[in-house]
Amino acid sequence: MRKARFFPKIYIVLSLLFLYAPIFVLIAFSFNESKSRAYFTGFTFKWYKELVQNEAIMSALFNSLLIAFLSSIIATVMGTIAAIGINSLSRRKRGFVMNLTYIPVLNPEIVTGISMMLLFVFFKQLMDLPLGFYSLLISHVTFCLPYPILNVLPKLRQMDPSLYEAALDLGCPPLQSFFKVVVPQILSGIVSGFLMSFTYSLDDFVITYFTSGSGFSMLPVTIYSMVRKKVNPQINALSAIIFLLVLALLIGMNIAEAKKAKKE
Amino acid sequence: MKRAISFLLSAVMLFTVAAAFSSCGSSGEEKAVLRVYNWGEYISDGSEDSLDVIEAFEEEYNVEVIYDIYATNEEMYTKIKSGAVDYDIVIPSDYMISRMIEEDMLEKLNFDNIPNAQYIMDDFKNTDYDPNGEYSVPYTWGTVGIVYNKTMVSEVPDSWNALWDEQYAGNILMFSNSRDAFGIAQKLLGYSQNTTDEAEIRACADLLKEQKSVLQTYVMDEIFDKMEIGEAALAPYYAGDAVTMMAENEDLNFVVPNEGSNVFIDAMCVVKGSEQKELAEKFINFMCETEIGKANIEYICYSTPLQNVYNALDEETKNNPIIYPDEELLSRCESFVNLPEETNLLIQDLWNEIIVE
Repeated sequence: MRKARFFPKIYIVLSLLFLYAPIFVLIAFSFNESKSRAYFTGFTFKWYKELVQNEAIMSALFNSLLIAFLSSIIATVMGTIAAIGINSLSRRKRGFVMNLTYIPVLNPEIVTGISMMLLFVFFKQLMDLPLGFYSLLISHVTFCLPYPILNVLPKLRQMDPSLYEAALDLGCPPLQSFFKVVVPQILSGIVSGFLMSFTYSLDDFVITYFTSGSGFSMLPVTIYSMVRKKVNPQINALSAIIFLLVLALLIGMNIAEAKKAKKE
Repeated sequence: MKRAISFLLSAVMLFTVAAAFSSCGSSGEEKAVLRVYNWGEYISDGSEDSLDVIEAFEEEYNVEVIYDIYATNEEMYTKIKSGAVDYDIVIPSDYMISRMIEEDMLEKLNFDNIPNAQYIMDDFKNTDYDPNGEYSVPYTWGTVGIVYNKTMVSEVPDSWNALWDEQYAGNILMFSNSRDAFGIAQKLLGYSQNTTDEAEIRACADLLKEQKSVLQTYVMDEIFDKMEIGEAALAPYYAGDAVTMMAENEDLNFVVPNEGSNVFIDAMCVVKGSEQKELAEKFINFMCETEIGKANIEYICYSTPLQNVYNALDEETKNNPIIYPDEELLSRCESFVNLPEETNLLIQDLWNEIIVE
């Protein structure tokens, strides 16, 4: 391989710095002894200790993770099934359904948020069903649903349909041939659809804000609510932990892939 | 891959089961539930060895408290008005309380359950927002003034004009919320902060537009960093927060301009239709206990409207003229009351124009 020239190297370093500098500053200040975000007065772990003891933030984190997990799993299952259905539609019908799928993605979040809130308030008055876990789960599944569809559909179109037919010809029952033949080929689409849903659900603010009820608070809304007074450094500590976890996950996935590639 | 997926699935199952159990655990004991809606970072929460007020209340009355937070009065109002949430206690600011009273969103309090209301200082008994003191018990208060860096200004900025001064161009910060920003322009022009006169409001908007050329930016809590690090010379903000900033940077000081200013009061109210009205009143009473009130005030750094809490504070705080200004200064200050809908809309429209331009 030819050696990269000087300029491109600098350019890459600068771009990465631009992306990551804010995160590094944030992590650095999570170890700051004073509450100031301006001066570094000494090294401490106390914000981490307080974060673990802070029931409000920890329960908001737990709620956010719970909703993100459940809604992305439900959305992935529903979306994969929907994608298979859409794939076997005629061209015109498929175009129509795909346009419907795009609407939630293109629709401003605030419109989705307010309309879902109105719907849930209607249910609340009708059946005395307070907003909370269920309304958040439904709204998160709703806005996550397009992502698995959009990720799985291209994989299905790349797939050779005769493989599935061959499995049927050789006497494999439809359900089993779906799991043994179709799923392995679209798995990467399913996984990326799941991961996209998960991240969108975890950091959604607008829709969460409108559809949450009392007693079930989610992390982004909790953090936002601290802006009148100064945002607590415990939030820095929390962000540092989340960043490291995501980093570890990515490195782990890369290593696993590299190992797999070596085997093959 | 398969392994990874089955691992993921089982993790989720565990998660769900744990969640189901934890919700069972709390409902099994059939405790009364009180729902409190408060500003973020606005109660002593047990961090840094402070008292955990919510936990103390739960233990004393053997109840469960659901505690949620909001960032602005308008956010809290929208949530409650929409009917999406049910809370027993809210802690709005003055003008929002008068709006909620007008719209019949608050319950009248039964003061038999709030004996500690006797400690409310006279200044906070018959306020503009709640003339007969029937709906609210004050929680905190404070003035709005100018935080400034002594090394960056040539003289004490004791007039709001300083925020328009060319010589500080690029070093001035401004409120990013419309009511506070208009309040400053109104004081500078000698109008009431509660004016409904369209010509006066438009004059204020013109003044605020003019100010844009000397401003660094519009801020809310970023002001802490910018002032502490010396990145700006002047900024209007709340007195209690100014004290927090001054603790970080000794070059900072705070002054309430001569034209007068705004004094805000945040007060505890019970939401209309609360199913736990008596418990809510007991909570309000609990918040006014000397020890509890002291812990909250020390955490928030704002001023207390309660005599018993004030007496329990340390001498340095009690005599701090920034947190507890004298009568003469307070007589120059005004508090917000609710404005008619069309005035609110006008201010909001004009403000959007100013920000966007």
